[in-house]
Amino acid sequence: MASNPTSSTEQLQLDHLKQLVADCIEETRAQGATGTEVGVSMESGLSVTARLGEVETIEHHRSRGLGLTVYIGQRKGSASTSDLSPAAMRETVAAAIRIARHAAEDPCAGLPDATLLATEFPDLDLYHPWAIEPEAAIDLAVSCENAARHHHPDISNSEGASLNTFEGLRVMGNSLGFLHGYASTRHSLSVSVIGERDQQMQRDDWWTVARDACDLQPPEEVGRIAAERTLRRLGARSLSTRQCPVIFAADVAASLLGHFIGAIRGGNLYRKSSFLLDQLGQPVFPNFVQIHEQPHLKKALGSVPYDAEGVRTLPRALVRDGILESYVLSTYSARKLGMTSTGNAGGVHNLTINSGSLDLNGLLQKMGTGLLVTELMGQGVNLVTGDYSRGAAGFWVENGTVQYPVEEFTIAGNLRDMLRNLVAVGNDVDLRGNTRTGSIMLDQLTIAGN
Amino acid sequence: MTSEPIAIAQQTLLEPVGLATGDLERVMHQLLGAGIDTADIYLQATRYESWGLEDGIVKEGTHSIDQGAGIRAVAGEKTGFAYSDDITTPALLEAAKSARSIARRGDEGTRELAQASRPPSLYLPIDPLKSLPEEDKIALLKRLDQECRAQDPRVEQVFVSLSGSHEVVMVMGQDGAFHGDVRPLVRLNVSVIVEDGGRREQGSFGGGGRTDYQYFLEGDRASEYAREAVRQALVNLEADEAPAGSMTVVLGSGWPGILLHEAIGHGLEGDFNRKGTSAFSGRIGEKVASPLCTVVDDGTLSGRRGSLTIDDEGTPTACTTLIENGILKGYMQDKLNARLMGVAPTGNGRRESYQHLPMPRMTNTYMLAGPHDPEEIIRSVGKGLYAKNFGGGQVDITSGKFVFSASEAYLIEDGKLTRPVKGATLIGNGPDVLTRVSMVGNDLQLDSGVGTCGKDGQSVPVGVGQPTLKVDGLTVGGTRVQG
Repeated sequence: MASNPTSSTEQLQLDHLKQLVADCIEETRAQGATGTEVGVSMESGLSVTARLGEVETIEHHRSRGLGLTVYIGQRKGSASTSDLSPAAMRETVAAAIRIARHAAEDPCAGLPDATLLATEFPDLDLYHPWAIEPEAAIDLAVSCENAARHHHPDISNSEGASLNTFEGLRVMGNSLGFLHGYASTRHSLSVSVIGERDQQMQRDDWWTVARDACDLQPPEEVGRIAAERTLRRLGARSLSTRQCPVIFAADVAASLLGHFIGAIRGGNLYRKSSFLLDQLGQPVFPNFVQIHEQPHLKKALGSVPYDAEGVRTLPRALVRDGILESYVLSTYSARKLGMTSTGNAGGVHNLTINSGSLDLNGLLQKMGTGLLVTELMGQGVNLVTGDYSRGAAGFWVENGTVQYPVEEFTIAGNLRDMLRNLVAVGNDVDLRGNTRTGSIMLDQLTIAGN
Repeated sequence: MTSEPIAIAQQTLLEPVGLATGDLERVMHQLLGAGIDTADIYLQATRYESWGLEDGIVKEGTHSIDQGAGIRAVAGEKTGFAYSDDITTPALLEAAKSARSIARRGDEGTRELAQASRPPSLYLPIDPLKSLPEEDKIALLKRLDQECRAQDPRVEQVFVSLSGSHEVVMVMGQDGAFHGDVRPLVRLNVSVIVEDGGRREQGSFGGGGRTDYQYFLEGDRASEYAREAVRQALVNLEADEAPAGSMTVVLGSGWPGILLHEAIGHGLEGDFNRKGTSAFSGRIGEKVASPLCTVVDDGTLSGRRGSLTIDDEGTPTACTTLIENGILKGYMQDKLNARLMGVAPTGNGRRESYQHLPMPRMTNTYMLAGPHDPEEIIRSVGKGLYAKNFGGGQVDITSGKFVFSASEAYLIEDGKLTRPVKGATLIGNGPDVLTRVSMVGNDLQLDSGVGTCGKDGQSVPVGVGQPTLKVDGLTVGGTRVQG
């Protein structure tokens, strides 16, 4: 069934895990469950860090897990274990059954609608194992850090560079007959350095991540970018309190979309803990905004053939011409709302917002005078009310050009207004995560400083 | 049947898999050799459960087991590490081989197993999961749901969660140290959403510590959590826009001590200072706060969420003075950074689990009480903000900038609290914010047992605390720009 190309060792492991899941489902039946969902995973990896040109740590990773949810009618219990032995599996089933017997009947509880479970499993090209030895990994980390440290004399210190490579197998099954598994990999390289000028220290970093090591940015480039980002923060000044437009640089713009998704997630909607309650069919963004998810992009970081419950994932629009077209629902939250699962148990997949024609420079010109935010700090986001207040750092912009770095200020507003009055999305899309967005320009926000 | 932690650790971790301390010594032998300065073997077994009530019913319950061994070898500044969730001799030997490869050459060495003296336990070696029958756990959650709703008709949603964990650890070091610890931890939390005329707000309160569930049945404690969550939510219904800009801020006692955790706590962790990356690096002996400020990190408080009898390297915890009368006195150290800085470890070596490497982490970080009456502090403010409760915070230890987000705040006008304002994020600079503390209250309080600290991808439970204090100048991230 799985069209995912794997080596014979992987196939053996996959078959072993599938058997474990099937045995587990059988065991839950024997112990009295009327419905079951089981997930098993095995992960292995290597992490190395290097600092000041030498290896600092080498970590060998190997972990396994089994998690299950049982239903006794409409009572639910969950349990998990790191031990995949048959004895531990039976004990874990017993723990979940015991909890289910004590839980209350919940009319919306239960397995997904069988007709929504995935039956097709596109090959998403997620598995690219990297047989790199610690020595070679250290060399890569060191060359990345060297590029950063030697970029400019003001780079005075380093927190180090880190190379990580992981591979994992996940199998999911339920008592409706769903049983599927696949392998995936994830590799990353990052570096963080410190700059100093006039007794002021600043740090910044850069990183690259991919399913396939060939798609990682070259170490020297990662180092150079980290150094440049650090240098541009030197000489940061404080800002006085004011109101102005704000551009969120692409890598921090993703957080705005994250708050939007939080507000349309089933869990927050049925709990009435969302600033976007009852906004389906309403304009939530300006009419040029298009947001969709793309769960089947090959090699992409957020791609999955099915959601956390086995429900099929589909490319679909969330916002069309600024209008909210769909919520983000799991089976349970959908039932609470009297709707159908959208295949989003566990989240959205490769969330994408369409870009306009301007790059970051173009956005700066369009803004004229205002703030370019490159770092956000803390929480301060209230999804119930939409109130937003976060610490930030970035650059003051006048006449479309960066004037100087700024720090120790907050940006505040209300998300409902911030999204509704979004001005533009740049085409400088950051592909290093589950959200694909360019820099985002927002209308007036309140900046609090000294 | 003994209740000594090391004996419990042996019963829980070794006996079920047929291992003896001799087998661990074999693994240690494999770890050591020329070039390896220190090594340790950390075994851990954690059982965790949580129960959740929502919509008036207990509809969620989970139980998890996680156990394994983390094996570490250190050569100078370099660390080799491997872990296994399979506690068997072959798996441990293989992990040891991987870890030891951090140093190239090998040599033979002998060592003996010594039982170092153990400090008195700060908590009982009990299993919270078994401390209350399941029916009573459920009854507690349902009672609190009813109490919240009875408090005010505007209460629309109530979420109550109860969680407990039982952790057994064993640490063997190459220096002969051999310790065990049994760590209970419980937490009860109440969150509510209130609604009035279409406007919704939330409130939350909870607590816990290193004890069992009976703690929540003592006196009025659990009901107090419920009352406080509803009270906060109702205050927020009345809240207006918060002011924007720099102003005098009075911080409440207890959880607002997160100010210290973010402003100076992380910046005083030994690894950052050893590397010279912290804004506090090289500043021991300098003035970093007003003379009214004495701040400690104290892992020795009995029963507290942030406390540990021994840290995760086997070092007894301590009360470490960080700032004394405004002067920077010391950093928090784990073994590696202490050795590299030429100082003694302070019992701050912590790790999230056997799958993670230890590093300097906080325990309970708080400021000692001062001379002022809290009411006098408020009266002394012509125009400012009183921030009574907070959510979380964050810090950049290199630039020194830190934030923490208020969840309940009031304007102070002419020395009086006038109206509640929406929670805003406060931002400041760690190395100088405490120099602007002009009044310190006599009402030191520690938080109720709800703190979790994240660093480098690892979470550990912590505590914070402080008296009411006045800061002359903190930036408040509201939306209302002052005239």
